[in-house]
Amino acid sequence: MATTPNTTAPVRYRDGTAVVDLPPQIDATAEHALNDAYATAAGHGSKTVLLNFGAVEFLSSTGIALVVGILARARKEGVKITASGLSDHYREIFEITRLADFMTIFADENAALKGEGAR
Amino acid sequence: MLTLTRTFRRVIGRGAEPPATTTTATTARGRALETPPIDIAPNDPILAYFHAGSGAVPIDELQLDSPAVRAFRAAGVKLVVPLISQGELIGLLNLGRRLSDQDYSTDDRRLLEKLAAQASPAVRVAQLVREQEAEVRARERISQELRVAQLIQQQFLPKTLPNLPGWQIAAFYRAAAEIGGDFYDFIELPEGRIGLVVGDVTGHGVPAALVMATTRSVLRSEAPRLVAPGKVLERVNDFLHADIPQNMFVTCLYAVLDPVTGALTYANAGHDLPFVRRGNEVVELRATGMPLGAMPGMQYDEKEATLGPGDVIVLHSDGLAEAHDPQRVMFGFPRMRKLIGELGSGHELIDGLLESLHDFTGPAWEQEDDITLVTLSRSTGRGESEHVLVEFEELSAPGNERRIMDRVASSVRDLGLDPKRYERLKTAVSEAAMNAIEHGNRMNVELPVHVRVSVADRELVVRIVDNGGGRDIPEPETPDLEAKLEGLQKPRGWGLFLIKNMVDDMRVHTTNMHHSIELVMKLDRMKGADDGHDA
Repeated sequence: MATTPNTTAPVRYRDGTAVVDLPPQIDATAEHALNDAYATAAGHGSKTVLLNFGAVEFLSSTGIALVVGILARARKEGVKITASGLSDHYREIFEITRLADFMTIFADENAALKGEGAR
Repeated sequence: MLTLTRTFRRVIGRGAEPPATTTTATTARGRALETPPIDIAPNDPILAYFHAGSGAVPIDELQLDSPAVRAFRAAGVKLVVPLISQGELIGLLNLGRRLSDQDYSTDDRRLLEKLAAQASPAVRVAQLVREQEAEVRARERISQELRVAQLIQQQFLPKTLPNLPGWQIAAFYRAAAEIGGDFYDFIELPEGRIGLVVGDVTGHGVPAALVMATTRSVLRSEAPRLVAPGKVLERVNDFLHADIPQNMFVTCLYAVLDPVTGALTYANAGHDLPFVRRGNEVVELRATGMPLGAMPGMQYDEKEATLGPGDVIVLHSDGLAEAHDPQRVMFGFPRMRKLIGELGSGHELIDGLLESLHDFTGPAWEQEDDITLVTLSRSTGRGESEHVLVEFEELSAPGNERRIMDRVASSVRDLGLDPKRYERLKTAVSEAAMNAIEHGNRMNVELPVHVRVSVADRELVVRIVDNGGGRDIPEPETPDLEAKLEGLQKPRGWGLFLIKNMVDDMRVHTTNMHHSIELVMKLDRMKGADDGHDA
């Protein structure tokens, strides 16, 4: 069996942005963690939710579907989704899947909070 | 209070079975007597009294030469009331002396007979429940035994196939529901030679699996020392004969291959003859000998053959050739031989044979015996030589896609793939493995996902096979992200699209039984030369 991932996604608040620290494995095992984290962040009234991929080691197509689901909810609710900390490989996947067209991708959390250096 | 005896059903109903019952006598006022168990033999004349249905039987009044009557008396039993259900004697109420020391009155007997008549159906139901519980426990025990047998079997089958330059090796093993004792093995020998083993232990379950494990261990220890196949089988036979359970034996074909020259020396202990395909001709490699463990001091013919460029040898067990269709017609060796002549080599050959078997037996077929197929194909020397990096199976459990990804990644680490392409391959493998687990094998944890990583003609090929045959795989389409974001489509459906975009080529193949996907990476793509994708 694969190692059991840390399936919590804690939410922090910085400068009016809700920062979701994603677990190392984004696949079916992360479904509740991601959805709960988004619900927490949106419920807090944050208008921007930053998905921090800094600790992500594995992102599957199911994980992509989870991100798409969150993005769809955010669009309906007028919440902006951004991303940071993606590895080169997963950034490429965000481009191939065109997720990058619908969410701004930053190199790291600080750049995202400053709104600078979008990639 | 009365105590009911244990059932006599088995004693009465099946005369051949030995008696096995204990009875406890009680007094009519509820004081239990400590009595030894009373056995009633199937031919004891007392049974006629019980069967007669004439009610309570006063033991002291009987004039019978009956061991049971003597035993009842010795135990202090005064009155026995048979419990009859649907004409069958299912138990006895045994009563000792009354506390008043008076005899049981006619009213007492009537009361007891009435009680017996009312109690009998309830006792019968209780017996049936107990029997059913015993059956469930027996089934659980058998299924536990099968799990143990399966574990032993899996433990001792090769985890990987040997890598022989100029040879393509493929193997297939599928256990029957009642695990048989098939096995195969590859043994490294001095001077670069390799020992090929295929065998079959008589019987099923744990005993067969243990004999299989022992045979394999002895073969592995003797083969490198003795090398000569006949001598090896002689030694294994003598060893096994001393320890093997009665009525068990092992058929085994053992061959030694020199991969450089193609020279094959082999001996046979009663096993099915291997087939060799040379061009369009298919021949059997004949050699005779008694099965291992059957008789001591046996000698085994040693024969020689040469496998030339393009030749294919197929080692097998009888599970395939001796399979039957619904009309009980056997698949047969001639049919197998003909197919070997018509099919390709390696996995293509194995898949073709299994496909034909599936067509022959029909989908409702319950596999009768283990099926083992091992093929070695010698390359024609025209540059198509294949180098197998790793070959393994993982069960279809959630999360195993990552194990598969990690094992493939570690096997290709030294190929010098550009880091970017290395990561792409990992994603493609994990996605293909997940499809195999979820869609092909439908999360059935007992079904394996077969993975083979090989290099041929500067192409890295990762082949992932599942049991999802008979269903076409949809063409990968570019998902409509806008529609997904608008909630018009489900968020899922990225797997095949991702795979296609991660690798240089993707080949899918579906048969009635299996579905395979080949992920291809060209090894000549230079580092840094970004090979865009068709996003």
